[in-house]
Amino acid sequence: MRELTYAQALNEALKQCMQEDERVILLGEDVGVYGGIFQVSAGLLGEFGPNRIIDTPISEAGFVGACVGAALTGMRPVAEIMFIDFTTCAMDMIINQMAKMHYMFGGRGQVPMVLRTNIGAGRGTGAQHSQSFHAFFAHTPGLVVATPSTPHDAKGLLIEAIKNENPVAFIEHKKLYIEKGDVPEEMYRIPFGKADVKRQGKDLTIVATHAMVLRALNVANELAKESIDIEVVDPRTIVPLDKEAILESVKKTGRLLVADEGPKTCGMAGEIAAMVAEEGLFYLKAPIARVCSPDTPVPFSPPLEKAYIPDEKNLLPAVRRLMEYA
Amino acid sequence: MEISKEKLLDLYSTMVKIRLFEDRIVDLYARGLVPGLAHLYLGEEAVAAGVCGVLREDDYITSTHRGHGHVIAKGADLKLMMAELFGKKTGYCKGKGGSMHIADMKIGILGANGIAGGGIPIAGGAGLSIKLRKTDQVSVGFFGDASSNNGTFHESLNFASVHRLPVIFVCENNKYGISVSQAKHQAIKDIAIRATSYDMPGVVVDGNDVFDVYGAASKAVSRARAGEGPTLIECKTYRWRGHHEGDPNQGRRYRTTEEIEEWKKKDPIPRLAERLLEQKALTKKKMASIEAKLSEEIEQAVAYANESAFPSIEEMFEDVLVKG
Repeated sequence: MRELTYAQALNEALKQCMQEDERVILLGEDVGVYGGIFQVSAGLLGEFGPNRIIDTPISEAGFVGACVGAALTGMRPVAEIMFIDFTTCAMDMIINQMAKMHYMFGGRGQVPMVLRTNIGAGRGTGAQHSQSFHAFFAHTPGLVVATPSTPHDAKGLLIEAIKNENPVAFIEHKKLYIEKGDVPEEMYRIPFGKADVKRQGKDLTIVATHAMVLRALNVANELAKESIDIEVVDPRTIVPLDKEAILESVKKTGRLLVADEGPKTCGMAGEIAAMVAEEGLFYLKAPIARVCSPDTPVPFSPPLEKAYIPDEKNLLPAVRRLMEYA
Repeated sequence: MEISKEKLLDLYSTMVKIRLFEDRIVDLYARGLVPGLAHLYLGEEAVAAGVCGVLREDDYITSTHRGHGHVIAKGADLKLMMAELFGKKTGYCKGKGGSMHIADMKIGILGANGIAGGGIPIAGGAGLSIKLRKTDQVSVGFFGDASSNNGTFHESLNFASVHRLPVIFVCENNKYGISVSQAKHQAIKDIAIRATSYDMPGVVVDGNDVFDVYGAASKAVSRARAGEGPTLIECKTYRWRGHHEGDPNQGRRYRTTEEIEEWKKKDPIPRLAERLLEQKALTKKKMASIEAKLSEEIEQAVAYANESAFPSIEEMFEDVLVKG
């Protein structure tokens, strides 16, 4: 099958949705001639023109709010926020408006918009361009939160997000934009709330999000040499969360490690761990482990940032520790 | 400008409707039938009536925490409103929104809003949608004097201006952001001058004179429908009651009784009535019959709200996400 990068897969999803439905528009900083900071909108201005590919002022509350108003009145806007760190400038629009309207108006009015942004450290961009606080959005009822880890999932989830009637926080990962993978040329939708088992295994379950999926797969391949058979479950959307798939996997393996790049405290890994503790404790033969970012701001200096990022160096010993429990 | 007799009666009737509705809420709130917050619009009726009087049913508004006047003037159903204020399942929002969240997409009410300045970008977005859908609708964002200090105000005027969106920004300058007077919250006296920064017309009107409001709104709406872009209208007005009905002494902690009484002399309703009586567009008898009819409508709304059931507990879990 044809390979695309994650960024190209997102670009194709946008392009196909815009070709099919003229209500779809893209607003964001530098999404026009620049093609978006990570080139997700490259070439779209030329095809769809400045009325539909809108370079916004640096004005996150203004243009996210404009997307809410446009979505309420018949459009299907996609907002691109350059880094998740900048969503803080628009939090009222996201948390109090976009997420609340359908419920607070008793079902009158829908906000079919997508808020695209990205998490992830590893580019040396410091504490305000590298955060991973996607759990903020999962903590806000009224939003779908999508977390694609592969080019295939990125395309299918974005098409679903654009066509879906709900407001979607679509959280990409900046280290994944250049990752390649098989992507079908046709349009396809990946339903929300359906996890994907990225690797089958019988000894231990790693529930991983975003780039942690790739890191978990690396560790699984490494440990396969020692006959440790790891299953990697990617929820793909953290809201709604496919509890059944996670519980089913834990039931099979009896061991759970949750890997998420958010800071450990009050993060998504803690949420998934708590869910399994509540609903699947007796499937477990070992304590639940979490591999997350430390509870510090993202540091700048390369050796510090490298140490900060949760990856294979953290996953390997965590897996080995869990394997000590018979 | 020349306003037809029918339109004048319509404006008068809308203002009286808002007045009677809000007066009734004073009583119902005191009796504990309206839970939570009730930010009343008493004294500011000419603004909502004058602006919405220019709009068509398919035009949009975004409203504020003090939204009853706007939504009534835009045509909201009083029964559904009252039931919502009572927290009943038959209300506009099935009892899940309350006074600050009345919305009715069918008549262009994109929601009252509990966040000061929260509705302004949404009005801008509706303007963007109108432009892209190539209709001749317009969008109106209502907000207060204090919200004009919020980033959302500036971001929305900038965005609407650069894209020449059909948006009318209507500032109700009632002199106070809760308890903080305008002199304490901004260095300017006329908020309309802020339009200059965004290269759009900015006009100051007497918000207690419905002719003045209607005239400015007509001009702004024509301009917007013609694709000539947004306008900022500042309506100088005053709220008679406290910030909300629970405000101690109806806002006398930060305002004098003299100031409140002074503004009551500028009551927009008798001001319009006098002119209509002079022009023989209205008679005392007709005034009484309008009032009686509206009172009856409000009593029916109260009865409807009273008789309606509260939502069942299961309904709490509905409408979080759109199904399907």
